[in-house]
Amino acid sequence: MEKIFSHPKSLRKVSTHYCPGCGHGIAHRLIAEVIDELEIRERIIAVAPVGCAVLAYDYWDFDCTEAAHGRALSVATGMKRIRPENIIFTYQGDGDLAAIGTNETIHTANRGENLTVIFINNAVYGMTGGQMAPTTLLGQKTATTPAGRKVASEGYPLKISELLAQLPAVKFIERTSLHSPQEVIKTKRAIKEAFENQINQIGFSMVEVLSPCPTYWNLSPKQALDWIRDVMVKEFPLGRIK
Amino acid sequence: MKRNRILITGNEAMAQGAIDAGCQLYAGYPITPQNEFTAYMARRMPELGRVFIQAESELAAINMVFGAAASGARAMTSSSSPGISLKQEGISYLAGAQLPAVIVNVMRGGPGLGNISPAQSDYFQATRGGGHGDYHSIVLAPSTVSESYDCMAKAFDLADKYRTPVIVLSDGMLGQMMEPIVVQSTEYRVQRSKLRAKPWALTGCKGRKPNIIRSLYLAEGVLEKLNLTLQKKYKAIQEKEQRYEGLFLDDAKIILVAYGTMARITKSVVKRLRDKGKKIGLIHPITLWPFPKKAFTGKPSSHRRYLVVEMSYGQMLEDVKLAVEGKFPVEFLGRAGGGIPTEEQIINKIVKLSNC
Repeated sequence: MEKIFSHPKSLRKVSTHYCPGCGHGIAHRLIAEVIDELEIRERIIAVAPVGCAVLAYDYWDFDCTEAAHGRALSVATGMKRIRPENIIFTYQGDGDLAAIGTNETIHTANRGENLTVIFINNAVYGMTGGQMAPTTLLGQKTATTPAGRKVASEGYPLKISELLAQLPAVKFIERTSLHSPQEVIKTKRAIKEAFENQINQIGFSMVEVLSPCPTYWNLSPKQALDWIRDVMVKEFPLGRIK
Repeated sequence: MKRNRILITGNEAMAQGAIDAGCQLYAGYPITPQNEFTAYMARRMPELGRVFIQAESELAAINMVFGAAASGARAMTSSSSPGISLKQEGISYLAGAQLPAVIVNVMRGGPGLGNISPAQSDYFQATRGGGHGDYHSIVLAPSTVSESYDCMAKAFDLADKYRTPVIVLSDGMLGQMMEPIVVQSTEYRVQRSKLRAKPWALTGCKGRKPNIIRSLYLAEGVLEKLNLTLQKKYKAIQEKEQRYEGLFLDDAKIILVAYGTMARITKSVVKRLRDKGKKIGLIHPITLWPFPKKAFTGKPSSHRRYLVVEMSYGQMLEDVKLAVEGKFPVEFLGRAGGGIPTEEQIINKIVKLSNC
């Protein structure tokens, strides 16, 4: 009998520290499955962010490094230039990639570094207690926008994917979501393409993944998925951006 | 072995020194008075098939160095004072993750944007850690263009040996001046230093367990253990790596203490006064961290006093006082913000001290 489903080799058999209903576990697994399928585990170097996913190296079973907050793409640039034969990806949250690391993100993309970026957008800072992120929606209540995000004082949600798509050196950007099995499958397909692009030396590729954070959205895990479907995708439409 | 005698600026000499030490990646960002360094690397590194990146910021540059160092390469960045302040975050992470890297600071006047004149006002920042956390970088201070070239190989060797960031502290005068130096070929340098294996580096986990580079340790007691490991390493460095040059320490009644550009100027002072029969000596620290305390532990009986000369308002002075332990008087002469103590000012100070 043919075995068609099992634990990915690239994922350690341990339980995670993530909250119930968090999207990181799903995203970690999708990446591990893609790496197994592409048979690149022994070439992979991952750059973990500062944020909830900083401990990703406890869950993935391949070479990993930490990076200072926002600097993942600079660290990845240094690595890829030294080791072009390795497959190097960053896994970054919205605060890391689109606030403190905006400069690094834009310039790494603009140089066209042949890297893969998995950008987890959950519209909030998770690890530090649910503060406003650059991607927080208007009206969304967070620890630092107790009355909801307002245009007058906090501006609009930052659409970093659309912004990066303007750069000629950026080759692939897709926004996906984890709110339903169908969307999870689409997310995996996009992640696979972003890794294949690096293998085929096509260039800078990023997948923005809308991911639930029930804890800091003050919702149940089920409500959090529905909130992505009903509210978040209106601000952050899904699909291929570039 | 190929040896060439060339005329070159201090900045370019350090760049060539890094190349001859086998530096594989350089990332930098423009700032005066170190721009010749970056321009030299931009020209030479690609010719050699190595990596040059003009980063979008000092933060990006030091983190590119972090990435290259984590994947096993000899990597470096250079900057000047305000830029080095920006790099402190990355230097702290390098120290915490125990990664080897070299950072050159061609010091200029401060605080703030300051000016582009030579200064030695970043001594505290370099020797006390500079960034957050309990750590030290090894700090080397060349005083001539020739030493600027030579110390780069030493910097990379020490970085690899101890898996720690090494700072080379130059200044705007040393960086800009030209002197003849003798350079050796890369092959010679790299062979001589016998590059260490880096089994901890991130290369892809082929045929081994995954490697992880980290400085975050949340579980109770684990970070304290890392700190104790670091402290043990720093103690070993303090015991083994103190370097200095001593002139006339046997009979000197007044011993000048100076590094970098001020070591050159004080050397001329020592020569002039020795010619007149004055009992003057010099301690010229070559490592600033570890500070060469052993230079101050000479014959306990002979009375002497020290005169520290710096292009700052008394930073190395504190280390000299700690080394002397109150046994002898420690005097000070310093200028900063672009001011440079002259030979005459130093001689006047010595004359005043001799009269009292």
